[in-house]
Amino acid sequence: MDPNVRRQILLDHYQNPSHHGLTEDPEYIKINTNNESCIDNLDILYKIKDGVIEDICFDGEACAISTSATSIMIEKLIGKTVEEAKELLKNYEAMINEESYDSEILGELNAYDEIYRQPNRKKCALLPFESLKKVLNQIEK
Amino acid sequence: MNREDFTILQQDPNLIYFDNSATTLKPKKVLEKITEYYNQYTANAHRGDYDNSLRVDEEYEKVREKVQKLIHNPSTKEIVFTSGATDSLNMVVFGFMRYHLCPGEEVLITKAEHASNVLPWMRLKEETQIEVNYIPLENHQVTIENVKKSITPQTRVISLAHVTNVLGDERPIQEIGKLCKERGIYLVVDGSQSVPHLPIDVQKLGIDFLAFSGHKMLGPTGVGVLYGREDLLEQLVPTRLGGGMNASFDSEGTVDYKSLPSRLEAGTPNIEGVLGMGAAIDYLLDVGLETIHQHEIELKKYAVERLSQIPNLELYNKDIENGMIAFNIQGVFSQDTAVYLNHYHICVRAGNHCAKILKEDLNIKNTCRISFYLYNTKEEIDELVRVLEKSEDIFKVVL
Ligand SMILES: Cc1ncc(COP(=O)(O)O)c(C=O)c1O
Repeated sequence: MDPNVRRQILLDHYQNPSHHGLTEDPEYIKINTNNESCIDNLDILYKIKDGVIEDICFDGEACAISTSATSIMIEKLIGKTVEEAKELLKNYEAMINEESYDSEILGELNAYDEIYRQPNRKKCALLPFESLKKVLNQIEK
Repeated sequence: MNREDFTILQQDPNLIYFDNSATTLKPKKVLEKITEYYNQYTANAHRGDYDNSLRVDEEYEKVREKVQKLIHNPSTKEIVFTSGATDSLNMVVFGFMRYHLCPGEEVLITKAEHASNVLPWMRLKEETQIEVNYIPLENHQVTIENVKKSITPQTRVISLAHVTNVLGDERPIQEIGKLCKERGIYLVVDGSQSVPHLPIDVQKLGIDFLAFSGHKMLGPTGVGVLYGREDLLEQLVPTRLGGGMNASFDSEGTVDYKSLPSRLEAGTPNIEGVLGMGAAIDYLLDVGLETIHQHEIELKKYAVERLSQIPNLELYNKDIENGMIAFNIQGVFSQDTAVYLNHYHICVRAGNHCAKILKEDLNIKNTCRISFYLYNTKEEIDELVRVLEKSEDIFKVVL
């Protein structure tokens, strides 16, 4: 990806994140990211019904990488089935960890395909997906 | 000052190390002392009758005298080597306070304390139903008035950092010490950020227990000190048991402990660490802690003067006289700023600095923190200013 295009995607999502702002609706499951990182503190709320992700929203304080990745992840996930979410998660993690993956299904998330060059930022890029993993585990219990 | 003594600065002339509150660089003398021990007289401490072993004992005990000089206390019995400030504080809480506080009695701390001076108290509270309460901060700082107001008939302990690792503010320990003495309150002081940077006199300050780490004062990691008043240390129940701390024991379970301070140093100690810390103390006393303190204050004055002229920069502790600066670039998350500075080889810390409950008081959750030490220079500050002045391209660099 062209570095300018990449930067523009991240910056747009950082400065104007999608689905930003929390809801009080009790149907949402809240996952806080503070456990995974000492500094990034995001609440991500998921509404999952009958195996479909109906809505997600988030709020909190975090770096540009985590915030933009959260915004893009949410856009990719809304309307998807849990199975599709797992597929996205698998491919995204593979990309971050420099394994083989299907770039087709990642869309704008491909903007993080060179994060491995900055190992200290891999955690930031993975942060929203850690919360996704947690919520998927929770609903399976 | 003294940059030539630090190999890392010689090898990497671009490095600008501004994270001295986290840990400090090590001078050659410290590393030489450690290799001297391994190359010339490796042996365990307190064990043998051969020359090298005796040499180890001698070197090891000499470090106690150095610590004594550093904190101006009269007795080497009152100096215990630990693995660091965290270890020292845990010993105070679980070896002493656990046996001296009753349910309902109170420990006063603040919301700006490091986790190592909060979590042990929280655990003790769970275990023994003591109370842990917070002295309110005034403009993020501890005032003697607020200490007075917070003390109740139940107050048995006040436990504070001498200098905080968040804003670098110094607490009025001597006045608090006087209050504590008058009212029979134990004063526990976390000296992690003060002992490396200022002259300290534990007696003048009225400190009952003092904890600090070697690695924040030019020494190696994994070693530190617990100072305690002798009559109190005598009552400190060893939290670790093993070799080196017992005089005798039998199969019936009758144990006779050694006298202070060995009783509180079970197991093979961190010998290289203690010796390295000794070399660090020599080094600090040679340069002079007052000289170091003044140097840091001067660097901060210079830095604040220059940084204040950068329009989009927020400085949180301008007026506190010390060697620490907490700041943010407006609208930029602190971690992004730290990553940006790293691009220019400038090391700073982003975060809440392990004082997680401070955010309840301070409206800023995270900051970038710069902390100076003797080897930092005005030229390094100039470079910091140059980089921050052109921070409008920050996302070009970090994304
Ligand atoms: C104020 C304060 N107290 C305690 C500690 C803990 O020190 P250590 O991790 O060396 O035990 C630190 C270090 O970060 C500190 O800054």
